[in-house]
Amino acid sequence: MAEPLLEVRDLKVSFRTEDGIVRAVDGISFTVHEGEVVGIVGESGSGKSVSMMSVMRLITDPNAIYAGEIIYKGRNLMGLSRDAMRQVRGQEIAMIFQDPMTSLNPVYTVGWQIEEQLNEHNDLQKGQARRRAVELLGQVGIPKPEERIDDYPHQFSGGMRQRVMIALALSCNPDLLIADEPTTALDVTIQAQILELIKRLKRDFGSAVALITHDLGVVADIADRILVMYAGRIVEEGDKEQIFYDPQHPYTWGLLGSIARLDRPKAQRLTAIDGQPPSLIHRPQGCNFRPRCPHAFDRCRAEDPALTDKVGGGHLDACHLSVDDKRAKRDATINPQLAESA
Amino acid sequence: MGTFVVRRLLGLIAVMFALTVLVFLIFFETPGVDPARLMAGRHPDPQTIANIKHEFGLDRPLPVQYVLMMKHMFVSRDLISYSTRTKVIPEIIAATPVTLSLVIGAAIIWVIFSIVLGLGAAVLRGTIWDPLLMVLALIGISMPVFWLGEIVNLFTQSRWHNFFLFSWVPPLGYTPLTQDPFLWFKGLVFPWLTLSVLYVGFYARVLRANLIETESEDYVRTARSKGISERRVLVRHNLRTSMITFVSLFGLDFGILVAGGALLVEVVFGLPGVGLLTYHSLTGLDLPVIMATVIYGAFFISLASALVDLLYAWLDPRVRPT
Amino acid sequence: MSSTNGGPLLQAEHVVKYFPIKRGVLIQREVAQVHAVDDVSLEINKGDTLGLVGESGCGKSTLGRCFVRLYDLTSGRLIFDGQDITSLSRRELRPLRRELQIVFQDPYASLNPRKRVGSIVGAPLEIHGIGDRKDRKKRVQELLEKVGLSPEHYNRFPHEFSGGQRQRIGVARALALQPKLVIADEPVSALDVSIQAQVINLLEDIQDEFDLTYVFIAHDLGVVRHVSDRIAVMYLGKIVEISPAEELYERPIMPYTEALLSAVPIPDPRESAARERIVLEGDVPSPINPPSGCRFHPRCRYATDVCTQIEPPLVDYGNGHLAACHHPLNVDKETLARVSVDQAHSPAQADDSAKPVQPAQRSS
Repeated sequence: MAEPLLEVRDLKVSFRTEDGIVRAVDGISFTVHEGEVVGIVGESGSGKSVSMMSVMRLITDPNAIYAGEIIYKGRNLMGLSRDAMRQVRGQEIAMIFQDPMTSLNPVYTVGWQIEEQLNEHNDLQKGQARRRAVELLGQVGIPKPEERIDDYPHQFSGGMRQRVMIALALSCNPDLLIADEPTTALDVTIQAQILELIKRLKRDFGSAVALITHDLGVVADIADRILVMYAGRIVEEGDKEQIFYDPQHPYTWGLLGSIARLDRPKAQRLTAIDGQPPSLIHRPQGCNFRPRCPHAFDRCRAEDPALTDKVGGGHLDACHLSVDDKRAKRDATINPQLAESA
Repeated sequence: MGTFVVRRLLGLIAVMFALTVLVFLIFFETPGVDPARLMAGRHPDPQTIANIKHEFGLDRPLPVQYVLMMKHMFVSRDLISYSTRTKVIPEIIAATPVTLSLVIGAAIIWVIFSIVLGLGAAVLRGTIWDPLLMVLALIGISMPVFWLGEIVNLFTQSRWHNFFLFSWVPPLGYTPLTQDPFLWFKGLVFPWLTLSVLYVGFYARVLRANLIETESEDYVRTARSKGISERRVLVRHNLRTSMITFVSLFGLDFGILVAGGALLVEVVFGLPGVGLLTYHSLTGLDLPVIMATVIYGAFFISLASALVDLLYAWLDPRVRPT
Repeated sequence: MSSTNGGPLLQAEHVVKYFPIKRGVLIQREVAQVHAVDDVSLEINKGDTLGLVGESGCGKSTLGRCFVRLYDLTSGRLIFDGQDITSLSRRELRPLRRELQIVFQDPYASLNPRKRVGSIVGAPLEIHGIGDRKDRKKRVQELLEKVGLSPEHYNRFPHEFSGGQRQRIGVARALALQPKLVIADEPVSALDVSIQAQVINLLEDIQDEFDLTYVFIAHDLGVVRHVSDRIAVMYLGKIVEISPAEELYERPIMPYTEALLSAVPIPDPRESAARERIVLEGDVPSPINPPSGCRFHPRCRYATDVCTQIEPPLVDYGNGHLAACHHPLNVDKETLARVSVDQAHSPAQADDSAKPVQPAQRSS
């Protein structure tokens, strides 16, 4: 297997607050290979955004404490100088954010903003940056890019703005694109457009994508591998088929069961996960998911389960239940039809 | 954009009109007050009063009186101050360069210093410098400008005047730029500094607050993610958008000062600007001068307000009408 | 003055709501209008849940607010429980407000952060002068328990709760006066998936217990299907399709519905890969200047000339399934023939003869 593009080793990100130390990311490890799409799924408080922002070292909170390593193309990003990290940002790793309405500077034209990035990382002659910016806008599907390049962000619709953000991110041909909930704020038909665009660009540019989302439907379409995060940890990791057809962790079951699906007959009742996500300051004893887990037993309180491969094939999960137990309980929890697809 | 400009200018004219009417009504229609007597000055003789009555049409209907007053003020420009016996309009015109010298000089100083202070405090947030700078700013805001002016005078004019640091300070008063630029400058240094102290404090705090607010905006995060330098993020993204508020406030304050708001500094330092003129006219109940200075002031403030709106639209594309 | 059992609780007849856009130099004149809701007629039966779906700018939120008279109608009629409420004054509306309630989308913005939960939920009772203080407190605590919170939460402030819990508080507030009709305006959109399920289950339980009628506004088609009996699809201020819930998903007639369904991500990789994705081009147009004819024609892949000229009426295709389209999908020949011909224009043949032109050139 080739060297991974990005390897995160036991990353921990905590914040000092008045109420105590918030352990937003509590020791996660994963890899991203060239050209692959990794979906990072979790709900609010799962630490998915914080972990990826840490990869880019974009967190400016002075109360943040880091531990662990982030190895990108053989270098530990955590140890880089500020200037060296700046070289990486935008050029090797780029990020697109959730809310296109506020993510672009309102007082500069979109052309200016794209050119700013191009000029930062490349030695371009006069006019070259502008030409490249027009080209990029065209590649992301903005009609009449040579006219729209001089427009301001507020003159674009939400979907168009997100395309501009994508153009910005891809302008220097990064090898890794981090997309933080890129379609959450958009209408469903626009979301479909943007996802198609990301897929196409991934093919054309060859970049790897780390896609953060709370929507399992989105990762089913676009991701190769999926990480499920809960309370700052990875609770399950596997490829698409494994996660959707043989999910091993009760939280994943809960997520799958909570979705009102269009492709199945109407469920009698949605399988909600009781309770709330845990406090990140005072975590529950043993397994973090235990207070909400309908299948918890005594070992779950005593011992915090590690993320290991129990079922085989590189499919990791952090749950004490045996594989057989899991399969039995799972089918009782989510739709019975799931068993047929396994 | 065209309708925007036209609309603001029409608004300006409307405000001016309303103000002149209001001033006119206050001075001429307050019951129990005989405007002719007031305008005749300290020891009026009946002939003067009769002249005034005739000139200003005080026996004729209100609108006529208004029109006559406006004619005297703007058209024939022969409104006469009854304490100095000179024409009012030329007096104001003569006083304007003094006020402008004072205000423009002070503005340059305060803008530069407040940006430095505000930026410094925002960048050094979390260290001891931030609160220190802000306390300094607060002191600046809290000191009454007339008190500060007098203290400055105390040191520069009398106590330490012989001390080398202040021996160059000329006596209180104003020298026109065209007459002796060096003296003009020397005479304005301390008035400038005194006037700016208040505004540096205020604007530094405003800027700092804005910078902190914009720092948490999503587009600053995007800018950082592009890999540009911190300095560029600060200046081109953070500062640029924070300046919008700063500039709007500045425009209004500047307008007010030009309109005669630097009154206290002019009095304390003996600069014969519009503020001082207003002060004298109020203490002497010199009606024509009061009227003229009020209208002059109102004009500049309205103009400043209209210009600020235009400036805001230039700085913030979102506000521009499509 | 009450509705017949199972009869329509709310009837909307040709409801129109425009918002004026004013421009002018000296005097502001109305130069254009936002056609937020443009001639909507529908009926909601007692005990039913009507789902209202569409994307931003389609007018579903505006319509929901018109139903509870938060807005005055530009034209049209609203009949609630047999009574015409279109032009009632605020005073006359007051007693009716007990029966028409609304739950809002943003749990963080719709609760006053300065008031305690007990005061927020009890406010409706206080305003309508129900019971004395003790009675009200008791009732509020009952309601809090009903929505899955505990009576001790009475004295807490909204910021002490999570999004899901805040939404429950909003629901409790809506229920305080025992309304008949509850408009739920995107009640779960701002919540995490697992919490969404909790709140949806809650809403369903409460509907049975309190005998409520819901208008459930959402953009998430999966959620809407789960809770609704009938679903109306809106586009640019008009209802383009309305049908019993299941049937909408099995047999979408209007191409917009088809595209909408196709755009919803399915959490099943094989199915997702297998299905045909219809990706619409362009943006949702502005409701200020809606396209001529069928409003969807610039983005529709089946559009022909007639679609640009004549607006298709809502036609009944049987089984309570209505759609407005000149080239209806999934409709067999007999139904087409059966369909009323005295409309301004009858729908053209769906599959065979009409050759779709390229969707009209649009500026972005």
